[in-house]
Amino acid sequence: MRSSAARKTTPIDEAVGDPRFWGRRIQPLTIRLNHWMNVLFIVLMTGSGLEIFAAYPSLGPQGAKYAWYPWQGVAPPSWLTIGGWLAGGRHWHFAIAWFLVLNGLIYLAYFFGRGEWRRRLFLPARDARNALWMFGYYLRVLKTPPPAGFYNGLQRFAYSSVVIVVTLQVLSGLAIYKPVQLHWLLRLFGGYDVARVVHLFGLVFIAMFVVTHIVLVLLHPRELLAMITGGKRG
Amino acid sequence: MARILTRRKLLTGFAAASLLAGCDSPHPVSLFLKGMLRVNEHFESLIFSPTRLAPESPEKDLTPERAFPSYFIADTMPFPPAGWSLKVGGMVARPGVFTLAQLKAMPRTDMRVRHHCVEGWSAVAAWHGLRLSELARAAGIDSRVRYVEFRSFDANYWSSWDLGSALHPQTLLAYGMNGHDLHPDHGAPVRVYSAVKLGYKNVKYLTEVNFLSNRTGGYWEDQGYDWFGGV
Repeated sequence: MRSSAARKTTPIDEAVGDPRFWGRRIQPLTIRLNHWMNVLFIVLMTGSGLEIFAAYPSLGPQGAKYAWYPWQGVAPPSWLTIGGWLAGGRHWHFAIAWFLVLNGLIYLAYFFGRGEWRRRLFLPARDARNALWMFGYYLRVLKTPPPAGFYNGLQRFAYSSVVIVVTLQVLSGLAIYKPVQLHWLLRLFGGYDVARVVHLFGLVFIAMFVVTHIVLVLLHPRELLAMITGGKRG
Repeated sequence: MARILTRRKLLTGFAAASLLAGCDSPHPVSLFLKGMLRVNEHFESLIFSPTRLAPESPEKDLTPERAFPSYFIADTMPFPPAGWSLKVGGMVARPGVFTLAQLKAMPRTDMRVRHHCVEGWSAVAAWHGLRLSELARAAGIDSRVRYVEFRSFDANYWSSWDLGSALHPQTLLAYGMNGHDLHPDHGAPVRVYSAVKLGYKNVKYLTEVNFLSNRTGGYWEDQGYDWFGGV
């Protein structure tokens, strides 16, 4: 364990000196490929999903649309949609969905199989305080950034939550794709129209993540470089 | 009829789809989507169970009937021709016609289920009619029958189904809705209503039921909508 004594100060640094990752790049090839495939798949899933949503741009069943949703009947602009018409949107959505799932399964296998979770997964005991500190720093409430190891706590929180939200997107999507054959799954979401709400709000979350992610990556271009070249070896 | 999807078939489907995506076709994208459409059709028939029932909706979930959308493709509301009867044909031992009274005399099934439209909306209604499986029994379908084709007097709107979904216990020839006879906007005098298919598969204004060994298409299916259309 090289220089483990120096790491005692902040628990966040534990992952950095971990010999499990010696010789492994910051962003290993599997993760880089996975990441850039996801960019393509999420763009296609979003565009085709909005095309499907445009056919009934409302929430809630007929005759009992949800009163809390302020944009009943407001369709997404057509430049955001992919597929040309409802059938085309459905074809794209249900085609790419399998590739997204496959990519996600490869990611999760690598994430847990190769121990990447140790340096990437948000673990509240290790990361919660650090995440709040980082958040305070971004809000200019705190003057100094928290000590960061491989990732800071806020990064771990953001990346881990987006993995969970995409998983929920797959499950809620399956539930509204086959509401009768998979009605056990649909019931977990509280029924067809609730699952549809979950699916739309999942998209809103992912869109907000993507915008934040792009802004922050432009502020820290070295991270972008690491996602292309892999960065230095640990 | 649920077909078995082996892992090999699924992987071949993926491989074929990705190969098609890269080939020198004038429409590589549409070939890719066609390949994936086949993969998804396998998936749909794989997870379809001929015995799994859609849950009955509670009465409080009933959609007010004026809020239950109704579509037809003709320019004006289709009304049944004088002396309407239902023609039953194809590979059956006893082809023939059924009057509304004859259909109503067959064992009746009532169900209150959620409707799923391809557009993404849902609505709930109660439906009254006879199971299509009763009609199949009355007509005596051949063992080679794999598909069922429904035709209508709504500008020849039609659709064909897999036999498994057609014989599902919640697939009805419905002559009633919410306790009354079917109204013209919902397909009077008789329509197909099933809890296991998307709305466009449920042919209204029915005139013909054909039991076939070969698969045909449909009004929307021929324009590009998925043929299986299960929920």
